[in-house]
Amino acid sequence: MTTITTASRIPIDGPVETPWKLPYRGTIGMACLIIAESAIFIIFVVAYIYYIGKSLSGPTPAQVLELPIFGTICLLSSSIFVHFAVSSLRKENYRGCTLNLAATVLLGTIFLATTAREWYHLIHDEGLTIKTNLFGTTYYSLVGLHATHVVVGLIMLSLVLCFSLAGLVKEEHSEKLEVLSLYWHFVDAVWVVVFLVVYVLGR
Amino acid sequence: MTTTPVLEAIDETLETQGQPPVNVIYEWLTTVDHKKIGLMYIVYALLFLVVGGFEAILMRIQLAIPNNHFVSPQVFNQLFTMHGTTMVFFMGMPILFGMGNYLVPLMIGARDMAFPRLNAFSFWISAFAGILLYYSYIGGSGLYAAGSAPDVGWFAYAPLTSKVFSPGHSTDYWTLAVLLSGVGSIGTALNIVTTILCMRCKGMKMSRMPLLPWLYLVMSGLVFVAVSPLTAAQVMLTLDRYLGSHFFDTQAGGSAILWMHFFWIFGHPEVYVLVLPAFAFANEIIPVFSRKAMFGYPAMVAASVSIGFISLSVWAHHMFTAGLGPAGNTFFVFATMVISVPTGIKIFNWLATIWGGKIIFAPPMMFMVAFLFQFLIAGLTGIMLSAAPFNWQLSASYFVVAHFHYVLVGAIVFSLFGAFYYWYPKVTGKMMDETLAKWHFWLFLIGFHLTFDFMHVPGILGMPRRIYTYEAGRGWDTLNFIVGIGAIFQAVGTLILVYNMIHSYYKGKEAGHDPWDAWTLEWSVPSPPPSYNFAIEPTVNSRRPLWDLKHPEDPDSDYE
Repeated sequence: MTTITTASRIPIDGPVETPWKLPYRGTIGMACLIIAESAIFIIFVVAYIYYIGKSLSGPTPAQVLELPIFGTICLLSSSIFVHFAVSSLRKENYRGCTLNLAATVLLGTIFLATTAREWYHLIHDEGLTIKTNLFGTTYYSLVGLHATHVVVGLIMLSLVLCFSLAGLVKEEHSEKLEVLSLYWHFVDAVWVVVFLVVYVLGR
Repeated sequence: MTTTPVLEAIDETLETQGQPPVNVIYEWLTTVDHKKIGLMYIVYALLFLVVGGFEAILMRIQLAIPNNHFVSPQVFNQLFTMHGTTMVFFMGMPILFGMGNYLVPLMIGARDMAFPRLNAFSFWISAFAGILLYYSYIGGSGLYAAGSAPDVGWFAYAPLTSKVFSPGHSTDYWTLAVLLSGVGSIGTALNIVTTILCMRCKGMKMSRMPLLPWLYLVMSGLVFVAVSPLTAAQVMLTLDRYLGSHFFDTQAGGSAILWMHFFWIFGHPEVYVLVLPAFAFANEIIPVFSRKAMFGYPAMVAASVSIGFISLSVWAHHMFTAGLGPAGNTFFVFATMVISVPTGIKIFNWLATIWGGKIIFAPPMMFMVAFLFQFLIAGLTGIMLSAAPFNWQLSASYFVVAHFHYVLVGAIVFSLFGAFYYWYPKVTGKMMDETLAKWHFWLFLIGFHLTFDFMHVPGILGMPRRIYTYEAGRGWDTLNFIVGIGAIFQAVGTLILVYNMIHSYYKGKEAGHDPWDAWTLEWSVPSPPPSYNFAIEPTVNSRRPLWDLKHPEDPDSDYE
């Protein structure tokens, strides 16, 4: 009696073709997360666009919003630094990696500070809250959702920075850092959309 | 024949037999093994199936005779809301994810999912969400002493969900439970996609992957783009209710229609999220019991992927009566009708697989034949409803309820029951009792047709859904009574299944590795599979690796 025990007994016909290589799971997992997050942002963006000009009372975006040019430059350039951090890590340039990570965290924090200043101005000086009108509702939720993602990214980047300062981040971790950098690039790309929708289209 | 040593001996050492119960419980609570998590998903979903089924029975008792006062209108509203929410989010999703969790790694020759701890997290957050929903019976009244369980319907149209119309916390429990279950779903979907793309065994190209993982891949992709919008909409609703924002507040210029769009952008793809795994089970079971390879594998994959894409552009057929305008109506009518093309391709492929095969009418195959027949009818009433003028007439009537239950029960639940009978021997190592299985099949089949065939008619006669009672003499009385009788048949059938599962676990015949003489990798390992699945990582040369192994004279790989 022959019993079938394990499929590993199946002989491979001919020489094994090119070594069996599948994508890195971190990258695929992050790509999936980015797709899901994009869908969430799309819904908030659609709500924002749908409600442009539909507020029943002021203040309107044209009255109170100013282009956050400085913050935008900081956030977008931080993407370049996180990219440099990954490539330095690949080349085993640990000092370069730490410095670039520090620059990324610094620029991200500056961006967050500009958002905080803007919100302070809107709430304190202009009296615009999430309750005021549809503009307030959609503005705070969309920009807030993005800022939440910036905060999450900054927490993770700061953790890596701490590990890097402690000398624990090595070349073999470069794939993992790249996964994190993918997230950060996504956060920056979302800001481009938010910027266009809120400050260009919506004003 | 040369034999490679099999490392089955080490299975025994890892078993939990003889451990004190505390350790066993601790192991289940902390496990990251995809098979245990899959089983916990299934058990948790079955508990909710019983709860949701009980709610359905209560509603059918209420509606069995006219002018009935078995439950109050308030309780009836809670019953249909909880029944719908439970069955979609806490029975349908978890049970299909559970099956996927269990089967996908085994079928692609992997030892676990890509992210085992994320897997455990996703399960526990979903389980917490289900408990949260039912805690509303206790905590729903809040400080206002108003409301108990959610009573806004499973699609919770605005502005009914606003603080003004839903005081108390019942709607908050609904929102948060659905939100959390969405987080769990997205986590598990992410895990399934990553597992399929990154963990396949040597030689298993995408074109050699069994159809079950393929369909789970499409289904998980749909979860990202369908469940995420729902999560976003629930965040908006929570902001409306807690921070006073105005997304769905019509008093402040907000739009109730926007909620409908957001909900159905989730809601319709969700149907395909639920039905694709049902197709996946059919794709595995029908060939094995027809003793033939799947007919038209590439066409099946292409049809599944195109169903995935088209399903994203049909949502507003739930909103014809809201007034979309002629252009919108035309687009959504056509998009909805187009989706029947890939679905039809699938039905023809299944029929072609059965055609000329040596059909074995074991319980799994019986359920599959019923599935094919009923899914066809469900699809046909779907095409009827997709025509906007017909839809205006019958929207929100019992015809709609009958149609989607035909899909959800007639197709999905039948396919799921087939899958239970098919994979139970793999999971437990015991065969299920065939006589009981046939009793279950026939009772459930008769009950299903009594309930849902007859439910179409009161819909055509004008009976709206969600009414808690009706007057005598409208021609609905006898029909509703028959529908109620059918529900009892289904309940008895399901109880027989539950009894059979428990009974066979202790008294069933030993199943061995491969009781069905099947072809995919999960049948190559012991039943139940050891925690590491494969002692030696398998390699495959074709779509049916075990066929190659059993028929070295005529392997599939020669034909690829």
